[in-house]
Amino acid sequence: MKVMLILKATPQMEAGEMPDPGEIATMEKFIQEMHKAGVLLDAGGLMPSKHGARVVYAGKQRSVVDGPFAEVKELIAGYWMLQVKDLAEAVEWAKRLPIGHGAPNGAESVVEVRPMWDFEP
Amino acid sequence: MTEPRVAIEAVFRIEFPRLVAGLARLTRDVGRAEELAQDALVVALERWPTDGVPDNPGSWLMTTAKRRAIDDARHQRIASVKHAQIAREPEAPPVVDALVEQLDDDVGDDLLRLVFVACHPVVSFEARVALTLRLVGGLTTAEIARAFLVPEPTIAKRIVRAKQALAAAGVPFEVPRAADRAERLGAVLEVIYLIFSEGHVATAGRAWTRPELCDDAVRIARVLAGLQPDEPEVHGLVALLELSAARLAARTGPDGAPILLADQDRSRWDRLLIRRGLAALERAEQLAGADPGPYQLEAAIAACHARAPTAAATEWPRIAALYTRLAQITPSPIVELNRAVAVAMAFGPAAGLELVDALAASGELATYHLLPAVRGDLLAKLGRNDEAARELRRAAELTRNEREREVMLGRVATLS
Repeated sequence: MKVMLILKATPQMEAGEMPDPGEIATMEKFIQEMHKAGVLLDAGGLMPSKHGARVVYAGKQRSVVDGPFAEVKELIAGYWMLQVKDLAEAVEWAKRLPIGHGAPNGAESVVEVRPMWDFEP
Repeated sequence: MTEPRVAIEAVFRIEFPRLVAGLARLTRDVGRAEELAQDALVVALERWPTDGVPDNPGSWLMTTAKRRAIDDARHQRIASVKHAQIAREPEAPPVVDALVEQLDDDVGDDLLRLVFVACHPVVSFEARVALTLRLVGGLTTAEIARAFLVPEPTIAKRIVRAKQALAAAGVPFEVPRAADRAERLGAVLEVIYLIFSEGHVATAGRAWTRPELCDDAVRIARVLAGLQPDEPEVHGLVALLELSAARLAARTGPDGAPILLADQDRSRWDRLLIRRGLAALERAEQLAGADPGPYQLEAAIAACHARAPTAAATEWPRIAALYTRLAQITPSPIVELNRAVAVAMAFGPAAGLELVDALAASGELATYHLLPAVRGDLLAKLGRNDEAARELRRAAELTRNEREREVMLGRVATLS
């Protein structure tokens, strides 16, 4: 099954602050590990919401709202697409993501683990 | 914190191959390594539900298993010392500790050794498949049994016999030397390919495909590509499997009936897997240069289908040329049959039928259902309906897959 690990934004990410080189290296190493285990299909990072826009649909009307968006915790900052046996395996990989080690006290990061619809029988 | 059993099993699926690989380096015995890994799981299943899953479950499992291995080594040493009636040095020899120290390095190398040992020619082909899924894929015997629709004890026995065969032959825990390397790698690729094929068109039973088995095969192939990044055929196999897996969802109708390539809804093909497959093919082509291997050629054929926006827009002359090349390096009646299909699509059913007739006359593939299936299809296209119906009925008799049989008989019904 395919599962998407969705990294939720933090104020630092929304501000466009880059993680320090050590954190980036640790993350790259872990991504390599998922790649070598044959589970990582794809990954990507999103720019802060100030670079984006929203299209809002109401009946036939379309309105465009430019970023940034207020509800930081609900925003998506990046994703990893995995192919795994079951949700438990995806959760286990998510637990191993090297996230939040260097975070200031009380700061939380969230990764949402969401199976994709599977059109196979 | 209590962790449900499924969470522990997920940890184990991730850790099992590396655990066995590391332990096999220590014990030089894949069978013993698997038992030690299994024992560590039993301990984990006892402790983790109450203690919680440790922060680094992989190293916890390795430490637990290593301790057991060292105890064993001590016991054996004491036993052998007693046997020799020289009761000195009751401690484990320092060499064991040195080995333990090394364990955490180079897991990749150990994993590669494990792959080669699991697919060793002294083991029967069926058992290589089971052993590879178990040791490299991290599947349980129950999962393997379910995938192959056989009782669990059958798979367990296969694995035991495989381990016995490895021990009896004294197969070393190593990557084969240069002289044997190409042939042994071929054996590994063959096992992975067979696992995929079994999922792609189940040889027996109600279901037309078993996508989970395909997923397992692709995963193992990707692991191998990480371990052998310079081998073109490994990337060729990855490309072939990714591209074939991309079409899986479109190959089955809502009622479970097979849908043939030409009739598939191409919007249901998995673009991500196609992209991955094409990237792997490119890598294989770069590495192979002017000397493509069979998996790469098959992947190139799959890529022609993947790139075609519609069945009618498929580059059949290119596919026919690729099959001709494939027939030169790995001549086989199956390749010839596929070539006939491609030639028929590229140059008309009469040209294809000529090749199929030659195959039928040779007596090869006499019991292979797809020979009469293809012949029937080409005859139908030429308007020779009575002959076509006879061939398709014969194909229906020969197939063991019930879904496939329904398709053949359905076709017969449209001809009369």
